[in-house]
Amino acid sequence: MCLAVPMQVIITDGETLVAEIDGVKRPASLMMLGEPVTVGDYVLIHAGFAIGKLDEDEALETLALMRECLEKGRKE
Amino acid sequence: MDKDLILLGHGSGGKLSHQLLEQLIIPTLSGTPLAGQNDAALLEHERGRLAFTTDSYVVDPVFFPGGNIGDLAINGTVNDLAMVGAQPLAISVGLILEEGFSRAELAEILAAMRRAADRAGVTIATGDTKVVPRGKADRIFINTSGIGLVPAGLQLGGANARVGDKILINGTIGDHGIAVMSRREGLELETEIHSDCAALNGLTADLLAAEVELIHVLRDPTRGGIATTLKEIALQSRVSITLDEATLPLKAPVRGVCTLLGLDPLYVANEGKVLVVVAATAAERVLERLRRHPLGSDAAIIGEVTADGNGRVEMETMVGGLRAVEMLSGEQLPRIC
Amino acid sequence: MDYADEFRNREIVRGLAARIARLAASLEKPLTFMEVCGTHTMSIYQYGLRSLLPPEVKLISGPGCPVCVTPVGYVDRAVAYARRPGTILATFGDMLRVPGSFSSLMEERARGADVRIVYSTLDAVALAAKHPDRQVVFLGVGFETTAPTIAGSILTAARQDLKNYFVVAAHKTIPVPMQVLSSDPDLGIDGYLCPAHVSTVIGGDAYRFLAEEHGVPCVVTGFEPADILQGLAMLVAQKVECRSTVEIQYRRFVTREGNRQAQKLLAEVFTPTDSAWRGIGVIPESGLAIAEKYAAFDAEKTLPVTVEEPQEATGCLCGEVLKGKAAPCDCPLFGTACTPEEPVGACMVSSEGSCAAAYKYGE
Repeated sequence: MCLAVPMQVIITDGETLVAEIDGVKRPASLMMLGEPVTVGDYVLIHAGFAIGKLDEDEALETLALMRECLEKGRKE
Repeated sequence: MDKDLILLGHGSGGKLSHQLLEQLIIPTLSGTPLAGQNDAALLEHERGRLAFTTDSYVVDPVFFPGGNIGDLAINGTVNDLAMVGAQPLAISVGLILEEGFSRAELAEILAAMRRAADRAGVTIATGDTKVVPRGKADRIFINTSGIGLVPAGLQLGGANARVGDKILINGTIGDHGIAVMSRREGLELETEIHSDCAALNGLTADLLAAEVELIHVLRDPTRGGIATTLKEIALQSRVSITLDEATLPLKAPVRGVCTLLGLDPLYVANEGKVLVVVAATAAERVLERLRRHPLGSDAAIIGEVTADGNGRVEMETMVGGLRAVEMLSGEQLPRIC
Repeated sequence: MDYADEFRNREIVRGLAARIARLAASLEKPLTFMEVCGTHTMSIYQYGLRSLLPPEVKLISGPGCPVCVTPVGYVDRAVAYARRPGTILATFGDMLRVPGSFSSLMEERARGADVRIVYSTLDAVALAAKHPDRQVVFLGVGFETTAPTIAGSILTAARQDLKNYFVVAAHKTIPVPMQVLSSDPDLGIDGYLCPAHVSTVIGGDAYRFLAEEHGVPCVVTGFEPADILQGLAMLVAQKVECRSTVEIQYRRFVTREGNRQAQKLLAEVFTPTDSAWRGIGVIPESGLAIAEKYAAFDAEKTLPVTVEEPQEATGCLCGEVLKGKAAPCDCPLFGTACTPEEPVGACMVSSEGSCAAAYKYGE
């Protein structure tokens, strides 16, 4: 029930948005999000509401850390 | 739970459906061909074997991307005959119409049935039409029964899978169920997902002509998806099956809808797919043959029969873990076909 | 880059599993971690992640399935609302098959009640606007991820001046029960995989009291397979290094303060209340009731129904399973009297229930 999906914003009017994943589009409300979103942002969609906005820098850092584990493992 | 009520889950093709069959329907109506639990019954006749099958179609909505209830009604029954290796001969059509149903829509459905029958090379030989008062049926229900001829010596059946066999599928999974679901839920898609509804008798005849000795099981994974069908085969054949998730053909938008709605594509209905269980030595050849056919361009080897067993089905996940695949209990998606 | 596939990468997952194994090798005793969120439970089963863990690291499931922890009496009230003439009972799909004392919403629907599954609470509000002559009663079940959407629906209904939209509130909050569980010596929880999406709303700091006052390491973890393994690696590392803090693995969506706007919605529409957790009992300040200001939308106050004394099924170990004290296979009813087709307890029916997961993915 806490199912939430990261989707990319393709249209927004400030109160609602339409986001997309794998070619599927869904509308969502921005009532729960205090920060503005722009087209191209990634948001977390839960039950028809955007509940969070992706921090791309953090995402890339997380991936980098994960890849580091892989490298460390190969060296040992 | 109130045992006096029939629930939607009893029609879903999963565990509840099997229970209703085993506890009520088969014991009451029992006869050997029915209890065989294959897609069509084989009737011995001094002149050879007849295949005989029936199906009813209650899909909602009646028109969906890629077809309508009429396409399903013909192709579904043709496919059940094809799965036991029969050459389809004739189909009967029973229509139950709700008062007030659009005549134009009926015409479109009938035209689709005619086209599908012509394409499959089968005759619509007989039929019946009833109309019931408004509210007593949901627009249109169709029953089709089909008969076909089975060549002598053909041994196909759900109990025939053997250790070492490879499992193939002719294309992407979940297309039909998600096409219907998307239309029903009003999901907006960049590229519309189309039902894969198609007659497979040409494809199966092609395969059997080349490899009849080595093909052990043919089955079309309709309601309940490939998971339910493979589980049925594993149980009937008393074997264990392992699938490789990374090899499962899956269209991106189907995956997207499944992610969004929390659905598992393994359990979503298909209407133009066949699972082929074949001896390992013939697997690559069958794959090539499938890929050369218009209905098999995305074919893949998706698993194998790994051991004798009690019907255990496992899947190596895309990240390398191992999970079991069980039969679904009730409806993941109701009224899909 | 879609920020999903990358976190399902086979090589990355393998590398992380290896890291966990390397860290676990230096442990003196095996570790037990609890994942509290139903989405984590499902992801772990779906990707077969337990098969990738070393034997020294054990994962148990906690009460992170809001449907599973909803008491039988609530389902009975939902059934009563469904039977009420003129009512449209709107709910998220999960609640449909949960057995109450005598019936379930699915059975009521089969008997002719107007029960509608909605994907969003705003769909329920739209139903109320479309059918002014009916009463739309929405089942408010969920944790802090979902509660703000229900708050949003009440605010929307208020803005549209609707008089026929009601919520049966049963929202629950996550951090307090986590403390109840980690105080239980029988459970021996060495650390928590904290929920991904609840934490997007409440923030990582919400778990600080667990780590700092109660010495239980907490890692807020995403739900993709690589996230879960990285989160587990971080927990093992904390134990190896004798640390106890809150770390955020899911940094791309979770901050320490959380989502202030969502928290504002919660504070506006709800007040904290004591709440009954199935199998655990009443936990003070662990639920969210509708505030007095919005009493007009509170079904309990404005559209009361009476129900008989609820009856819990005998033999059902849902309570123990929810606390992580029993595995699904420990329950005498698992797979025999209690199956997904004929569930006895909520753990078997909910799409995120531990028993449903164990049954479907067959551990």
